[in-house]
Amino acid sequence: MIGWLQTGVLLLVAVSGAGVVLSRDPLEQSVAVSFYGLILALMFFLHQAPDVALSQIVVGAVALPLMILLALAKVHQQQEDREREDQREAGKARK
Amino acid sequence: MRRALLFLGIAGLAPLLFWGMRGLPPFGSYPGPYGFLLNQVAVAERHATDVVSAINFDYRGFDTLGEEFILFTSVAGAALLLRREKGEEETDDDAHDREPRRLPPPTSAAVRVFGVALVGLTVAFGLYMISHGAVSPGGGFQGGVILATAPLAVYLVAEARTFKRIAPKNLTEVGEASGAAGYVLVGLAGLVVGRTFLENVLPLGTAGEVDGAGTIEVLNVIVGIEIAAGFVVLLTAFIEETLRRRLRREQR
Repeated sequence: MIGWLQTGVLLLVAVSGAGVVLSRDPLEQSVAVSFYGLILALMFFLHQAPDVALSQIVVGAVALPLMILLALAKVHQQQEDREREDQREAGKARK
Repeated sequence: MRRALLFLGIAGLAPLLFWGMRGLPPFGSYPGPYGFLLNQVAVAERHATDVVSAINFDYRGFDTLGEEFILFTSVAGAALLLRREKGEEETDDDAHDREPRRLPPPTSAAVRVFGVALVGLTVAFGLYMISHGAVSPGGGFQGGVILATAPLAVYLVAEARTFKRIAPKNLTEVGEASGAAGYVLVGLAGLVVGRTFLENVLPLGTAGEVDGAGTIEVLNVIVGIEIAAGFVVLLTAFIEETLRRRLRREQR
């Protein structure tokens, strides 16, 4: 038996899942995936699986977006370092 | 061209998907006997009112050992990949970071007060989640991650030095390793005292009490320590770069 709440949350899952795929900027995507994780947790809860819902909140809505954000920060930093290196090299070559 | 390929793929996959979905059992139906069986015997046998925890940490505790080691190895792998290499130390210069526009704005008093309240709540809720794993939904895994967000909140509102002080690298690494080892030791205790690996050898108390479920409670605490420490190790590895610069700036 599927109730109205379950149907509604399944539709939300579909919409927010599409939102994750359609967002192009990684930073936006990490926020979108966090929201998607929250909706998934709501879905698990409404299907009478509170244990799974809790795991989903901590992993899908907190841990995963956090790791993506931190990895993005690391990548940006390395990029900046490399650019600065390149500038210094160029400066030396001019001298 | 790409779009044509996509539609070709969809046209091929959609009928397959619908065909497969027509063969699915009706929504909510459950074929196996084990779920019904465990729902009836778990509370009486293990005194754990959360049957999910009884299954995870007792009936199929060996699988959870595997899951715990998946996390352990992935944390170790990430820490290994993100370690500082020797060459990196010498080449970096932070003249660029000392420019005034690069300095992070000081955190406001409101943020600090909110952070202090948040840290207290987070720690209490994490400990509650870990310790009540056998009684209500939740347990070591969920509580561990909640606990690990407390140092993150501290990092966000306070100085980098404070983060270093409350979550020193040695402590979190030891916590992670001893959490992983502790699970195996509890399993071996079952082998020594009882007959099988991970047997629930501790005396059972009243069902619904925190200390009622024997080794389920102990394993929840051990897993909580492992997960919390593992996540903080990961966090430390990721923000180490930023942390080092902030620390140096604070020392000046």
